[in-house]
Amino acid sequence: MSDTLTIAEPAAPQREKLTKKAITADHPTWCPGCGDFAVLACYYKVLEKRQSEHEKIVTLAGIGCSSRFPYFVNGHGAHFIHGRAVPLASGISLARPDLHVFLFGGDGDGFSIGGNHLDHGARKNVNLTYVIMDNFVYGLTKKQTSPTSPIGFKSKTDPQGAIDQPVNAMKKLVASGATFVARTHASQVNHMIQMIERAMDHQGFSVIECLSECVEFFPGAFDPANPRKGGSFEVIQEKKYDNTPEDELRHDVTDELAAYKLAQLPFPGVFGVFYQNDRPTKNALEKKWIDSTREKLGQPSDLQLLQKTFDRMK
Amino acid sequence: MNPTPTLPETTPTTGAPERADLRPESIDDAVIRLAGNSQDGIQSAGAFLARLAGRSDQEVMTYMTIPATISGGPSIFQVRMGTGEVLSAGDEADFLVAFYQHSYQDHIDFLKEGGVLLYDSDNVEPNLDDRRFVYVGVPITGLTVEALGGTAKDKGKNIFVLGLISKIFQLDVEKLTMLIKEKFAGKDESIVNTAIMAFTAGYAYPVGNVLARRYQFETVAKKPGAPAQITMDGNQALAYGLIAAGVRYGAGYPITPWSSVMEILRRELPKYGGLFVQAEDELAAVSITLGFSYSGYLAVTGSAGPGISLKTEAIGWASMAEIPILIINVQRGGPSTGLPTNVEQSDLFQAIYGGHGDSPRVVLAASTVEDCFYIAIEAARIARKYSTPVFILSDSSLATRIEAFDEPDLANLMIEPHPDLTPRAAGFKPYALDRITQHAPPGTPMADGKYPLITGLEHDEMGHPTGSPKLHMGMTAKRRSKLQKLAAELPLPEIFGDQEGDVLLVGWGSTYGPIHDAAKRARSVGEKIGAIHLRHVHPLPEGLEKIFSKFKRIVVVEMNDQGIYGFGQLATILRARYCEPKIQSVTKTDGLTFRVKEILGHVFEGKTFPGRRGARNGSAGETVTVPIDPTTAAATEHAEAEVSAAADQSGDNTPTKLGSEAAEASAGTNETRPDSAQTEPSASREV
Repeated sequence: MSDTLTIAEPAAPQREKLTKKAITADHPTWCPGCGDFAVLACYYKVLEKRQSEHEKIVTLAGIGCSSRFPYFVNGHGAHFIHGRAVPLASGISLARPDLHVFLFGGDGDGFSIGGNHLDHGARKNVNLTYVIMDNFVYGLTKKQTSPTSPIGFKSKTDPQGAIDQPVNAMKKLVASGATFVARTHASQVNHMIQMIERAMDHQGFSVIECLSECVEFFPGAFDPANPRKGGSFEVIQEKKYDNTPEDELRHDVTDELAAYKLAQLPFPGVFGVFYQNDRPTKNALEKKWIDSTREKLGQPSDLQLLQKTFDRMK
Repeated sequence: MNPTPTLPETTPTTGAPERADLRPESIDDAVIRLAGNSQDGIQSAGAFLARLAGRSDQEVMTYMTIPATISGGPSIFQVRMGTGEVLSAGDEADFLVAFYQHSYQDHIDFLKEGGVLLYDSDNVEPNLDDRRFVYVGVPITGLTVEALGGTAKDKGKNIFVLGLISKIFQLDVEKLTMLIKEKFAGKDESIVNTAIMAFTAGYAYPVGNVLARRYQFETVAKKPGAPAQITMDGNQALAYGLIAAGVRYGAGYPITPWSSVMEILRRELPKYGGLFVQAEDELAAVSITLGFSYSGYLAVTGSAGPGISLKTEAIGWASMAEIPILIINVQRGGPSTGLPTNVEQSDLFQAIYGGHGDSPRVVLAASTVEDCFYIAIEAARIARKYSTPVFILSDSSLATRIEAFDEPDLANLMIEPHPDLTPRAAGFKPYALDRITQHAPPGTPMADGKYPLITGLEHDEMGHPTGSPKLHMGMTAKRRSKLQKLAAELPLPEIFGDQEGDVLLVGWGSTYGPIHDAAKRARSVGEKIGAIHLRHVHPLPEGLEKIFSKFKRIVVVEMNDQGIYGFGQLATILRARYCEPKIQSVTKTDGLTFRVKEILGHVFEGKTFPGRRGARNGSAGETVTVPIDPTTAAATEHAEAEVSAAADQSGDNTPTKLGSEAAEASAGTNETRPDSAQTEPSASREV
């Protein structure tokens, strides 16, 4: 029973190097050519580069093609239900500040069935990193319209072409209060690694929308942003604060209105960090409350506390 | 304002020698019903009485109805205090306090013949021609205003009445004033003083001029070393039981009558280094809770029926993924939004079977306020040991009822939780088929470098997804067998009353009191009757059939519908389980707690039974005719129905679901929290 057992001894000083091999599990079940392979490869790379403690990496997902992700990572993790991975991850993050909480999912999981949780996880600024692998289509269920499918997209549920306004991911994320909002493309591996690293370093709710092509049900969807397919991958130029005239034109990531303006650009738009701020995390605010409460009470034992409460009820 | 009001004398001082008819009449038990509007603070006054009884080592049981509105609407609080064992809140009141004309009209039928009606003569004009009752009119409103001065208006009537009652029942004034002071401790001193002034004015009123009777509770000498009495309501007992059980994390969403559990946990858990999260919805609440549990801290979520419906998918995941979780359902009338402030036991099937697929879970049902405390501890133990979801069923009558019980031995019960992050040996399997398994929380080093995955897909022993028919069969059996192993270790319920005989009453949940009272009363006239109460409703303990075999009739008493085949929810399960045709069913769906005579009426059609104190003080035995069929029963329920109808109406007035839920939540805050450990938002209004 967990209440009688103890916490692990401090880690041995000589820790084995975290290799790609150590963090690789089952061979992915995705279709050949799927953009998600690249996201997985980047995740391996970042973990390897950062040499995080293996047992403290937690990889979580909801339901969808992309949400198969945790099965392909050898590390602690959970495959949860459709749309609810953000609250699951929030519970883990809030109870265990020692862990690195990563969450992977698709556009259906994040923007449709789990849309409300995305808003509230962002608003509360729970400390975790969330990569939304957006393919503009439901792939696991074989081509239905997704919340990010463009108008006119022909699917099994919109044979005449989609008619509903798609979600603007960047606007939704900035508006809901996420404190790190970035956008990348599965074909741009270096950029993606950069974004994942910056998200990981950010204290708070960090979200990356990664355009990840579904070669089966929406092939070519992101070619306009892929230079190898004749498109252009336009990266946001962030302010360097170097007092040059060019810097005036660069993007201030703390400027919310500027982020909306970037989000407004027509597809395929721009890539990089749209928005970032240092608002305190829910983790920190709750901890502050806990610490001040316990200090005020004189750090009593659990038994002393409950006994005192019962004494008042006599 | 007088800064130091003088306390009333503890003993009444009279110049002349005491008249014989004024000598206090010794009683062992009294039912006092306070009827007014929800903003009058009658819950506070009632709670003071309940706490006083608890502190005086008297048994106590309360019952209240709360309107679904934020402020206003008829409301009652009933206290039954006694020196013997008090099992139920009482069918009839000995003493009715009516603040308004409607309070009098709605509740006079609840007063027993010969009972005392104490009414506010400023607001109530009783029918004095009705000679069944003793009438005591006191200008409560006027005297309260007079005592407190202009600004407080009539706020404080509740405390004034408390003073009156204290005089009539010779209550311990010193203890009561201490309780009042404790309740308002930390508030402005003028609030305490105002309360004491109102109390003193009520106590000083020469009620002896109009009521030529006073009562005194028989005192029982406290056994040396006997534990102190704790007075609290069911939701508090659940919350503090969870804390004792080492539950430090949880998440929820407001809904009546569950909200106060989450309010207490939100306030208390940080003191223990834990955390309770108010989630954006029920789906998030259960999911955050599963995150806590997965991370190594067994956690709790809860709701009432509508919220549990929303949580069911994630509870199925907990069954499949074998993650322990506690789910509290404080039941109310359903389906849909149903009767938010009325009682019903109609979520038993939902708890046992709710959700898709074969998803075994444990279901426990608390029978009393005290049991709410202990069942939380037992639920946590089972969840940890069997790594499975565990439901705790309570209901709105337990949630708001205040009872006194022996102080628990906290030193021996308290669990301080630590996640088990000890490194797991090579070959660790999160889902080994051959034994009960506990997951390895994140942060646990794995000796062979193979990390486990927790999943809602059917899986092999390492957590990898599989469609293998053999593995699905094996894993389904493994999850189910946990409950079978648990059933083998559960104790059989004790039989109350006759150990064998004609009738065995079977109940679960908050009906414990009235069912046992009914058995007691039937036995007193020679019926061969016993009663068992099931705390473990799923799985059922092994060996119930041995108990059933000792009785000619098994009558299952529960507050839900008889269903299309004529049996309530537990009765249906017992009949399916034991294939026993002698199992019968008594159900009701009026949203009110069972009355003792209702149960007797259904079990023994056409017989009559003596009243609660049939032959007290040598007076002629009063007999209660038992209602024979539901229509008769319904007629006697008139007054209660009125109250609940009023509550329904006010609930319907709220424009949106959101609004109505918010109103419910606030009603809970204002009206269900009458004890001193709570912050008191309306203290100034009540005094």
